[in-house]
Amino acid sequence: MAELFRMTADQIASAVRDGEVSAAEVTDAHLARIEEVDGRIHAFLHVAADQARQAARAVDRRRAAGEDLGALAGVPLALKDVFTTKDMPTTCGSAILDGWLPPYDATITRRLREAGLVILGKTNMDEFAMGSSTENSAFGPSHNPWDLGRVPGGSSGGSAAAVAAYEAPLGIGTDTGGSIRQPGAVCGVIGVKPTYGGNSRYGVVAFASSLDTPGPLARTVLDAALLHEVMSGHDPCDATSIDAPVPPVVAAARQADVSGMTIGVVPEFTGEGFQPGVLAKFGEAVELLESLGAKVTEVSCPHFSYALPAYYLIAPSECSSNLARFDAMRYGLRVGDDGTHSAEEVMALTRARGFGAEVKRRIMLGTYALSSGYYDAYYGKAQQVRTLIVRDFQAAFDRVDVLISPSTPTTAFPLGERVDDPMAMYVADLCTIPSDLAGNAALSVPCGLAPEDGLPVGLQIMAPVLADDRMYRVGAAVEAALDARRGHPLLNDARGLA
Amino acid sequence: MPATTAARLAAYDDAVTRYEPLIGLETHVELGTRTKLFCGCPATFGGDPNTHVCPVCLGLPGSLPVPNRAAIEYTIRIGLALNCSIAEWCRFARKNYFYPDMPKNFQISQYDEPLCTDGWLGVTLDEAEAARYDPDGTGPRTFRVGIERVHLEEDTGKSQHMGGVTGRIHGADYSLVDYNRAGIPLVEIVTKPVEGTGPLAPAVAHAYVTELRDLLRALGVSDVRMEEGSLRCDVNTSLSPRGSGRWGTRTETKNVNSLRSIQQAVHYEIQRQAAVLDAGERVIQETRHFHEDSGITTPGRSKEEAQDYRYFPEPDLVPLAPPRDWVEQLRASLPELPAARRARLQEAWGITAAEMTNIRNAGALDLVEQTIAAGASLADARKWWLNELARRANDTGTELDSLPITPADVAAVAALVGSGALSDRLARQVFEGVLAGEGTPDEVVASRGLAVVSDDTALNAAVDEAIAAKPDVVASIRGGKVAAADALVGAVMKATRGRADASRVRELILARLTDS
Repeated sequence: MAELFRMTADQIASAVRDGEVSAAEVTDAHLARIEEVDGRIHAFLHVAADQARQAARAVDRRRAAGEDLGALAGVPLALKDVFTTKDMPTTCGSAILDGWLPPYDATITRRLREAGLVILGKTNMDEFAMGSSTENSAFGPSHNPWDLGRVPGGSSGGSAAAVAAYEAPLGIGTDTGGSIRQPGAVCGVIGVKPTYGGNSRYGVVAFASSLDTPGPLARTVLDAALLHEVMSGHDPCDATSIDAPVPPVVAAARQADVSGMTIGVVPEFTGEGFQPGVLAKFGEAVELLESLGAKVTEVSCPHFSYALPAYYLIAPSECSSNLARFDAMRYGLRVGDDGTHSAEEVMALTRARGFGAEVKRRIMLGTYALSSGYYDAYYGKAQQVRTLIVRDFQAAFDRVDVLISPSTPTTAFPLGERVDDPMAMYVADLCTIPSDLAGNAALSVPCGLAPEDGLPVGLQIMAPVLADDRMYRVGAAVEAALDARRGHPLLNDARGLA
Repeated sequence: MPATTAARLAAYDDAVTRYEPLIGLETHVELGTRTKLFCGCPATFGGDPNTHVCPVCLGLPGSLPVPNRAAIEYTIRIGLALNCSIAEWCRFARKNYFYPDMPKNFQISQYDEPLCTDGWLGVTLDEAEAARYDPDGTGPRTFRVGIERVHLEEDTGKSQHMGGVTGRIHGADYSLVDYNRAGIPLVEIVTKPVEGTGPLAPAVAHAYVTELRDLLRALGVSDVRMEEGSLRCDVNTSLSPRGSGRWGTRTETKNVNSLRSIQQAVHYEIQRQAAVLDAGERVIQETRHFHEDSGITTPGRSKEEAQDYRYFPEPDLVPLAPPRDWVEQLRASLPELPAARRARLQEAWGITAAEMTNIRNAGALDLVEQTIAAGASLADARKWWLNELARRANDTGTELDSLPITPADVAAVAALVGSGALSDRLARQVFEGVLAGEGTPDEVVASRGLAVVSDDTALNAAVDEAIAAKPDVVASIRGGKVAAADALVGAVMKATRGRADASRVRELILARLTDS
């Protein structure tokens, strides 16, 4: 057997089921790996070794009792610190929630536990999921396993880096503007944004409610699909949750066949502002798909170019309201409670110290956009743009099965390069935002290394609402063909920890 | 009250001859659903502080609201009873503002897409009330109050400001917050401006809230306890010079929480605004506080007027689209509404409008009707509920229907009096026992030994004793002063501990003294 921490989730689950290895051994191997490398990666904000070992032993007992284990029982997982966990702190990467222990589990946390997944700990993220590099974390950035001097993307950068650095075979993130797919792409792993409403948001600390979508990160498309099926499904505690069967994503990932499919290239996302190596690898992916039997055609989505500005009105508007609850009255940080300040002053002092610069920027943007007299011109107009983007997708999906584009305009950028230039940072999500605004599914799969910097490039595959299985079919086909051509998994080339 | 807030007032009669009042009312009603609007916590009043709470109504990070179907149903029923249109599609909206008793620092409410719109409620003025403002009786006595909208929202928690003199947040040493109320479903009912009331404006406001209260109770959607805050009113008032054809600047008087206060607030604002206009000044558009103790209004913080709530559609909830067949089903199942019921009962009982008003104002309509259904006569039912029991409710500061006595109990007592087994005086003792929790009327009669002594042999012994004890009284009766017999009757009643029938005792005494 290979080193335990190098196994895929599917391999671990079947080895545990077959009694070849215990869940406890698998967990220990991953905790040791975290011990070995996380000082350099900083993927985790909190490692829950005791709880993880307990969860693993529970799986081993169930197996010993002859119980039927699920598809991922005994598999370790890295959970973004935006999901509530009643036995682990939940900070959202913010000083304002430092030390908060939620009294309840998120629905997804509960489903993971019930399925026998072993939560190793909580991963780093941009504060309240606002950012594309994890540099907005109050607890310091994470590092890209391909190059420790570069960002792992964000906001789910901790989970993506943990998966890429073999600290966990699976990670969970949330995608609001690209926060799963973009870190997945720049870390060379699979990042999936399922259909909005396919995964419960109950217990996911809200950034932008109409956009936030939990989803898997994994080293293989099949692993992502296995996790997708475990975490998804209707939740009566989330009024926006869709009451429909989970699309057959595992079967699609196993099918891994694009013959007969029609695939649309979005020309708006292949031009100016894209790194040459990214466009080169994307072009090769298009040729690969054609060689695999897909029909590739160009499908213009004219309103996608307005997605970024629309997003930066809608998401801040919602966050300005969602983050109002952090007021020091009931939980979290409290500043100025020394008997000399009024309640309003304590609220203001706490928010001034507890929130970082990017969070404050977005609260101010959103407050402005929703203000009386500006609502129609900003929030209202952005919602109209959103409708036009939905229509672009509908028109495109009338003609093609899936749309493709690069996942990001560039590969991983150096730490510190964009921290003082918000616009440059925002552009990292250029290609991913339309699917968030429209609520459809999208997946990023590695499609090679950019020649100029040797860093991974992601191929984004976008599928219609509740047709998540289509992107798994395409993603798995690309993965299989590229692995076969290369002769080994892409991540073997990551040199950051060498 | 600081002296600076005392306002000049115009004489009311004079003010309403020169100015035309325009009123509007916003009423908040806590719905009587079993659980809160967006979570499963109990929606009942009270409870130890912060015991009816969960992650959702505390607004903990990550929690999400899920709407309560019963609350939506109640709101639609209210809308239908108020002759409103029910939206085919509408949304909740977030109203953003910071306050410590607001768990999320936004309230889930409705903004430009309310569930119910454009209805009306017919109200009839209580003649006694109307006569106070319009003694000549020239004004109309019925009004159709237009309903602008009915919408559903969540209530906030409750702050208690400790220390300080005002009980307000300013000057308090510290504040405590109880979130039990947070998330209780609240319906807001907003009237259109009510025109043409003239001097009757305070009476119309009173009649509207009274009718609304009865309607809500009849629908069974709220217990409407104003003293517990389950119905709260904001009253808008403005004046314009008669015949000017335009509307004046309005003030909004907040939290006017009794029927009497609603009249007072309108009356006071008319007097105050008339004095402002008379002085050639302008009425300031502002929020005002009503003071229960003095009956006056004072300016609220003007900051509140400048508040920008940044409403936007609630992204955690999907739009509400009540199916038409469900709405029609709800319409078909509405109960008889209070005005129609009062008219029906007034005719069936053969009483005057004023008598019906008395019964209604005492909160005794259901009780009287049920007591009659339990076998009592209308006269008995009215007599006991409106006099004896109303007095006891008043003494203990409770509503009549909260007394621990049932209409069946009252009917049973009335039957005992009717059969001669109890005197009125004994009946009052039975009520006392029932209210004290001593059991049913029969049990109280038995345990207290309250049966009327109707056996003449037993009474004659007491009569003999009384005659023997008071020879001077006996002499004056024999001398023709029959009224002096009262003293002997009293002595017998005392001796029998009130169980004798006083009229029978009098007969026995007079028979004895005039026979010999």
